[in-house]
Amino acid sequence: MSDNKQDASGGESCCACSLDSRRTMLAATVGAGAVVGLGVATPFVASFMPSERAKAAGAPVEVDLSKIKAGEMITVEWQGKPVWILRRTPEMIAALSKNDAALADPASERAVQPEYVKGVARAIKDEFFVCLGVCTHLGCSPNPKFAVGSESGMGDAWNGGFLCPCHGSQFDLAGRVFKSMPAPTNLVIPPHAYLSDTRLLIGKDSAEA
Amino acid sequence: MTCCKIVTDKAQQLLGWVDERFPLTTLYREHLAEYYAPKNFNFWYFFGSLALLVLVIQIVTGIFLVMHYKPDASLNAAGVPVAFASVEYIMRDVAGGKFIRYMHSTGASMFFIVVYLHMFRGLLYGSYRKPRELIWLFGMAIFLCLMAEAFFGYLLPWGQMSFWGAQVIVNLFEAIPVIGPDLSIFIRGDFVVSDATLNRFFAFHVIAIPLVLLGLVAAHLIALHEVGSNNPDGVEIKKYKDANGIPLDGIPFHPYYTVKDIFGVSIFLIVFAIIVFFAPEGGGYFLEFNNFFPADSLKTPAHIAPVWYFTPFYSMLRATTSDFLPVLWAFVALIAGLTFRGTGCVWIKRACLLLVAGLYWGFFGLTVFGFTPPPIDPVVLGVHLGRGLDAKFWGVAMMGGSVMLFGLLPWLDQSPVKSIRYKGPLFKTILTLFVISFVLLGFLGTKAPGYAFFGLIPGGPVAAICTILYLAFFGLMPWYSRIDKTKPEPERVTSK
Repeated sequence: MSDNKQDASGGESCCACSLDSRRTMLAATVGAGAVVGLGVATPFVASFMPSERAKAAGAPVEVDLSKIKAGEMITVEWQGKPVWILRRTPEMIAALSKNDAALADPASERAVQPEYVKGVARAIKDEFFVCLGVCTHLGCSPNPKFAVGSESGMGDAWNGGFLCPCHGSQFDLAGRVFKSMPAPTNLVIPPHAYLSDTRLLIGKDSAEA
Repeated sequence: MTCCKIVTDKAQQLLGWVDERFPLTTLYREHLAEYYAPKNFNFWYFFGSLALLVLVIQIVTGIFLVMHYKPDASLNAAGVPVAFASVEYIMRDVAGGKFIRYMHSTGASMFFIVVYLHMFRGLLYGSYRKPRELIWLFGMAIFLCLMAEAFFGYLLPWGQMSFWGAQVIVNLFEAIPVIGPDLSIFIRGDFVVSDATLNRFFAFHVIAIPLVLLGLVAAHLIALHEVGSNNPDGVEIKKYKDANGIPLDGIPFHPYYTVKDIFGVSIFLIVFAIIVFFAPEGGGYFLEFNNFFPADSLKTPAHIAPVWYFTPFYSMLRATTSDFLPVLWAFVALIAGLTFRGTGCVWIKRACLLLVAGLYWGFFGLTVFGFTPPPIDPVVLGVHLGRGLDAKFWGVAMMGGSVMLFGLLPWLDQSPVKSIRYKGPLFKTILTLFVISFVLLGFLGTKAPGYAFFGLIPGGPVAAICTILYLAFFGLMPWYSRIDKTKPEPERVTSK
């Protein structure tokens, strides 16, 4: 070790270039190395993003509505997430506005939903409620609680709706969240369109190809 | 006789050969035979070495599990996810596989039991106090790694709880303003928890985090052996040394504490074996029943809760509702104010100011990002003062912050004595309340949101009170640790 040190200091004194230019050279090399390092890190960071295959998945899904009875709900998979289609009875639709006073955002002003979904019922056709079955709090899928009143186990004022099992957020039958729930906003309505009276396309805003 | 002598001579020669090339004897002396630990270690000092033992159990059983496990979310011919099926295969078809897996799953819970007790020992005897701050911080980093390790590992069986647990925790990151939604996609590698998520969690669980963990354990031990162990009296044994520079109250780690620890290990392994052989599911606490169903991305189980070791922090997340936020805000501001007054550390003073400013900005702050209004929204001269980040964000901040608070202990504790033996009634009361709150929060976290004690006392308000008490333990420490009536510390360690 000590021999090497002596060699190095000996080399310094006989070298023509100054110590300063050696330092500059060293700094430049380290700087260039850092740039290369960043370049090398890029693919590793980029590999964390969804792959092309993951991005390509999630084609629109077609659903036959004729098999759903009034008051029944089916769940279909779209982009790996549950999409609910609930065929609401006239009583269910009538009861929706009764909830307004207890809701956080009854007019769905802050909700994520397509423009063509308007009003209290949050649907193109009031009868069919199409909704992403994913709680806006932390992404659990709420459970249907369609029974009304005390038999629902949700209290006497319950007009039917959904209860998230994870943190207890409650939603009405139009996916609107009640006040002071963990979920900040109403449930999301995905883009959807009617191909005919009984055929629904989920994942697209219009029936055109 | 001559034969023996030849063998010992050869062994000596071999050792000499190694020592010239690697400091084997030096290491053995520094860390075992001539590492002088205080002679008054008690029951609470078992858990450090036990944590090391569990780490070894987890690594060894883990290696064997990886030989049969497949991180693959696609469905097999029978329509079952391959990952889930491979765990079933280990349980049913691999010879001894059942026990290896039970050792690993029991080991996870035992790891947290041992580490929580190890941390509690630190609280009892002030082991985080100067000069052991870095040991404590390395320990905190180990605790965080352990939580990450447990979380990543829990996804691998690809059961219902695996899937929905990961879904909830990854979605927590979505609450971070601006970058949140993209960050959660970045973590999952997909728009939903999927095969990509499973594969990367597998990589983190089996190699990335364990490597960091081992490094941190080494740092924890190196720092410990640099300053020396604390003890139940909280006095420094290095103050009184004999002529050879050996602490008068110190005894060599080997053989004294190796023997003591082997005794602890034996008792621990008996308990461990009883669990593995007779109660591997731990009553649904160690292995949750819903995880025996394969992951279904369309249906959340009726009751989901994290594994028990996360529930205290999870409860605090759940307690942070928009109703509770104003109360919580007021208490945190009050606690931060008292911390500010009580602490002597300028960095903690600055952190308190930053915390209050951040809370104000976040909760009553700006409308810029269009966040949802909190319940109180006073309007002054047409400006909304009450538009801030919503309860979801604060829940996440609460959960993360409550874990990190442990890291501040070395600078929060202003008591003139380290050990609980010489601390006053105030500290003892507050520590008891803290432990009760922690256990209650943990218990409530395993229950459904609407749980009530005996069907009478609703769990929500209890969790809210416990959250405040938890925060107060840390936040008020600079104040109560100073005014508490302490007893004088002895000069040297005592043997009780």
